[in-house]
Amino acid sequence: MGVLSYMAEHPGHILALTRAHLWISLLATGIGTVLSIPLGVLVHRVPATRAPALALVNAGQTIPSLALLGLMLPVFGIGFTSALLAITARALLPILLNTYAGLLSIPRSTIEAARGMGMTDPQILWRVEFPLALPVILAGIRTALVISIGVATLAAYIGAGGLGDLIFQGIAMVDAPLLLAGAIPTAILAFAADGLVGWIERRLMRPMTSG
Amino acid sequence: MSCSSPTIAITLDRVSKVYPGGHVAVRDVTLNIQTGEVLVLVGTSGSGKTTTMKMINRLVEPTSGSIRVGGEDISKINPIQLRRSIGYVIQEIGLFPHMTVAKNIALVPSLKGWPKPRQNERVAELLELVGLPPDQYAKKHPHQLSGGQKQRVGVARALAGDPDILLMDEPFGALDPITRGQLHEEFLKLQRRLRKTIVFVTHDMLEAIRLAERIAVMDGGVLEQVGTPREVLAHPATRRVADLVGADATLKLLGLCTVEQALEALGAESPDALGPVIRSGDSLKDALLTMVACGRASLPVVNVDGTLRGRVTLQGLQTALAGQEKDRRPQGAARGQGTHA
Ligand SMILES: Nc1ncnc2c1ncn2[C@@H]1O[C@H](COP(=O)(O)OP(=O)(O)OP(=O)(O)O)[C@@H](O)[C@H]1O
Ligand SMILES: [Mg+2]
Repeated sequence: MGVLSYMAEHPGHILALTRAHLWISLLATGIGTVLSIPLGVLVHRVPATRAPALALVNAGQTIPSLALLGLMLPVFGIGFTSALLAITARALLPILLNTYAGLLSIPRSTIEAARGMGMTDPQILWRVEFPLALPVILAGIRTALVISIGVATLAAYIGAGGLGDLIFQGIAMVDAPLLLAGAIPTAILAFAADGLVGWIERRLMRPMTSG
Repeated sequence: MSCSSPTIAITLDRVSKVYPGGHVAVRDVTLNIQTGEVLVLVGTSGSGKTTTMKMINRLVEPTSGSIRVGGEDISKINPIQLRRSIGYVIQEIGLFPHMTVAKNIALVPSLKGWPKPRQNERVAELLELVGLPPDQYAKKHPHQLSGGQKQRVGVARALAGDPDILLMDEPFGALDPITRGQLHEEFLKLQRRLRKTIVFVTHDMLEAIRLAERIAVMDGGVLEQVGTPREVLAHPATRRVADLVGADATLKLLGLCTVEQALEALGAESPDALGPVIRSGDSLKDALLTMVACGRASLPVVNVDGTLRGRVTLQGLQTALAGQEKDRRPQGAARGQGTHA
């Protein structure tokens, strides 16, 4: 009950935090996407790059989020940039892996037909491989976005704002309504992001699989 | 200096392909493919048919030897340009699942930069040509088509850029025998109209016999024999070819002739009006099988409308077969390489 009354009393504050939270998550996922897709293509094209690229990206996934934040601090200081980079590091792996898997899942015969018809390598990539791999790549982006929204709660630790502010204040002050006022919107945000991107994925898949 | 006569579309000159790892997939193949003919490459799995075909559109580069298309050494032609000028159909079809039938077919025209209205016209024209009404099929996606329909779209797509040459790698391999038979009929009908130069790969000797003007038999990367279906059936050049042709070569050969070709006048004895008859358009194979099944040495031959035409006899079949074998004469200098044992 206390949650609702808190939220009712501070709609502007919660909205602002939600917006900040969403912004840093989206930005991290966006940067992660821009970095990971080309890397995924590279890994698919040049087998030798696979092990090093995966090792690098895996590190971003394996190092605990808080430790990652800690690692950013000495270089980028307190605040938004450190948080953004830490979250981005966590967003890389799912997108990279899915880009690679999506490209790998395209039948050789399809690529062969494309090449045999006289498509250049870039044409094959843009007109055949990307469209066919897109649903899988999007699934990776969806995972990355959900992870980012989760990790972004920790950004509050280093003063980058977001709904984590409320959660940490709530914990520190043993104030359950305050904590929930941060936790519930975070959960909703995660579910909404998951649902929305999932919906886009299904829409893209539709012409390829069902009547 | 031009060393190829204008009627030769494709020349393979002592072409070999050694894959990395040292496997010799194609060994010293020399072959001329004439303009407007259907040449079927036939051989067992791994005999190098696909490799040979892919060297023609430079999907595979020969290790040695040279290939000319339209008199031009293809190693000097930009492979992208070369491929856009050659239609290509593969067994798995390789239709793009994310594109509609229309988009699939319009692919090469769009790559060539044709204006949109001309592309659409071409799509409709080709769908008609392969027997798929455009208003019904243009907007469908490949997964909504049957195997046979996909193959038709595959063929339409290969024809889209109006290439002079078509390469077809086991295009009907995955179909049931009935659909396959239908597509064979349509293939032949289409080819009578279009007169493309077609290189067709199959491991099925019967399909080769049915479709080929000339058959090129490959084994272990070597071109064993080139000749008309009749030549290959009647006179396999090597043991390997004989094996591939099979013990029933005589039957296959009879399957290539119509009753018409062994038609005799009626003898003195009047035909048994109630007994079995054979139509003049049926094959001699059908005639033989009917004779064997009914225990007769001769059959009355009727026209389609049922009127009596003459008769066909066992003796006549033998004469026709012998004629087949005498008939075979090399058809000029363009063929013959690789025919020796
Ligand atoms: N890319 C490749 N790398 C190495 N070896 C290959 C490659 N492609 C084919 N080969 C080998 O070359 C030989 C000929 O292959 P090819 O595909 O030309 O045969 P094919 O006659 O088309 O057989 P099939 O009827 O099975 O399609 C085979 O032994 C095959 O294993
Ligand atoms: Mg093959």
